[in-house]
Amino acid sequence: MSLNNFEVKSYPEIWKALGVDVERFEKMRCVLGDIYQTSYLSQENRPNSMDYFNWIMSEIHGGRITEILEYKKEGRPVVGTFCIFIPEEIVIAVGGICVGLCGGSQGPVPDAEKILPRNICPLVKSSYGFKIAKVCPYFQAVDFVYGETTCDAKKKTWELLDKKIPTYVMEIPQMKRQRDLNLWLEEVKDFKLKIEKVAKREISFDDLAKAIKIVNDKRKALQRLNKLRYHKPSPISGKDVLLIEQIAFFDDPIRFTEKVNRLCDELEDRIEKGIYVSSEETPRVMISGTPMAMPNWKIHNIIESSGAIVVNEESCVGTRYFKDIVDDNSKTIDEILQKLTERYMKIDCSCFTPNDERVSQVLKEFKDSQAQGILHYSLQFCHTYNIEAVKIKEACDKSNIPFLSIESDYSPEDIGQLRTRIEAFIEQIKSQN
Amino acid sequence: MIVLGIDIGSRSIKAALLKDGQLLDYKILECGFQPHLQALEMIKEYQPNKIVSTGYGRHLAKRFFADEIITEIKAHAIGARYLFPECETVLDIGGQDSKVISLDIKGNVKNFLMNDKCSAGTGKFLEIMSASLGYALSEFGHIALRGSNKIKINSMCTVFAESEVISLKNQGEEPQDIARAVHLSVVERVVGLLYRVGYIDKIVFSGGVANNPCIVQMIEEMLKIKFLIPTSPDIVGALGAALYAEAFKF
Repeated sequence: MSLNNFEVKSYPEIWKALGVDVERFEKMRCVLGDIYQTSYLSQENRPNSMDYFNWIMSEIHGGRITEILEYKKEGRPVVGTFCIFIPEEIVIAVGGICVGLCGGSQGPVPDAEKILPRNICPLVKSSYGFKIAKVCPYFQAVDFVYGETTCDAKKKTWELLDKKIPTYVMEIPQMKRQRDLNLWLEEVKDFKLKIEKVAKREISFDDLAKAIKIVNDKRKALQRLNKLRYHKPSPISGKDVLLIEQIAFFDDPIRFTEKVNRLCDELEDRIEKGIYVSSEETPRVMISGTPMAMPNWKIHNIIESSGAIVVNEESCVGTRYFKDIVDDNSKTIDEILQKLTERYMKIDCSCFTPNDERVSQVLKEFKDSQAQGILHYSLQFCHTYNIEAVKIKEACDKSNIPFLSIESDYSPEDIGQLRTRIEAFIEQIKSQN
Repeated sequence: MIVLGIDIGSRSIKAALLKDGQLLDYKILECGFQPHLQALEMIKEYQPNKIVSTGYGRHLAKRFFADEIITEIKAHAIGARYLFPECETVLDIGGQDSKVISLDIKGNVKNFLMNDKCSAGTGKFLEIMSASLGYALSEFGHIALRGSNKIKINSMCTVFAESEVISLKNQGEEPQDIARAVHLSVVERVVGLLYRVGYIDKIVFSGGVANNPCIVQMIEEMLKIKFLIPTSPDIVGALGAALYAEAFKF
């Protein structure tokens, strides 16, 4: 795809039918296209297999929506999601579709701030804003939204969002004792009933076993990709991997898995031939912290335009989503649900207390990725990650790992200040190695 | 070899000219609307072999005339260690940022922290508050030294703090007491940064705010330390950039 002809394609008829604010959305489409062109297509030496993901981006507001609407006509449930706690295997078991909803852009934040308090997380404001401003076709297309209780801002916003679109809330435990596991298992069972009701059919053992395989395969493909990028020098940019991790939340899972594996084949070939996007000397930065929802490429953009490369995202949009798979050795449906629950309880979200397994996971990924410094990224007002950064910092200090903590939202106003901090961090890494 | 370090900050531009490791000349000038043109005008009489830029305008300077850039964190670390070889921590309070840097034995940056993205705890905060109280920035610290500790500014945000200052004025509080409270507010933020970075004495205090006697005295009393303060604290970043130009081949 050449640099000059990229655009996010326009589908005004579909948008209109979905009740999208077409005039405003048209402008947002153009802005997204421009950002994608300057941030992504300007990169040199990208793997050819990124063409598929470019295509997904050009069809993000149309092609994928058309597919989803087709499925919906067949009676397959479409569930909007914001969090990696959704047991997507259950949705897929009835042929349903999970779509990660828009929540990574500054655009609709002012809309949300007319109603919500300003001092809450930008992801919550952005998501809510997308719905009330009617500028997300996915939001308009879903049967219901899946919400969870990972933070206060989210759980109270669901009550407001429910008035605009049915919002189903699962209670996420805050600790990891046996009774919490029991609670989560009950929640998973209730969610299965909910999906069965929407799909108007029961989920069989085979349905669920097949869905587990589909999602496991997707997570394994992402694990494979991440392992390949860990190669020093890296054969793919951090920005490109982040993009794929973001697309994982709304693309068709089987097609996505196939395309990621094809990219991995190419990366293996690149490594064999010595084709890289960085050199032995390029400073390697690992990101740890809160999710970066599309199109939040802010930190990666700054790091990779300052001569360093991002080699890992320890984040919900990153390893936290794909590091664990469901044990697929079950004989009964109850057993599958138990295994599924156990897999989801391994998520080391900062909503849990204590959450020391995350600290060990961060250190493990730091080592595996051959990173040279950890940049902790916290969305503004995300108290749990922001506070947990203190423990990550202590662990880094103990192991002499360069550490930088950043708190930021989606607005471009702090880019100058972030650039100074990040460039200084890269200088620090260079001087220590 | 003659080298030039130029620090284009949020409020002013600082240039330091070195010849074989010795400071030949330096200048400080307001930024103006187009900092790179102002900077060019400022250095036109010099003929350096190399120019390294730092500060907020470093990238702009590189686009027009500088050979290389370094961040102000690194520049202050180099400049402070050069002036005071015994220093282990650097405190720099500039127009828009305050930063605390801890150095390792070789003078490399070991860790650093900066203020949040708002202007609380920076020179800008002092500037706005001095204007609000009707003082020149240069006399503000001296006035505050005469004040008492009886009031406190609670707002961290410059905008709210300004409203607080106005309401204190209208409650009939003495201007020097309000001035002192404004200084304390900056000091508390900065001391918080120093604690978080795990400061080790000796601390070099650089940046324009190091010229403010009240800020210096309050922090020294609070931490029971004695700062190392350069004769021209404003030019530590520019000096660091010049030293970098001299030491590195590029």
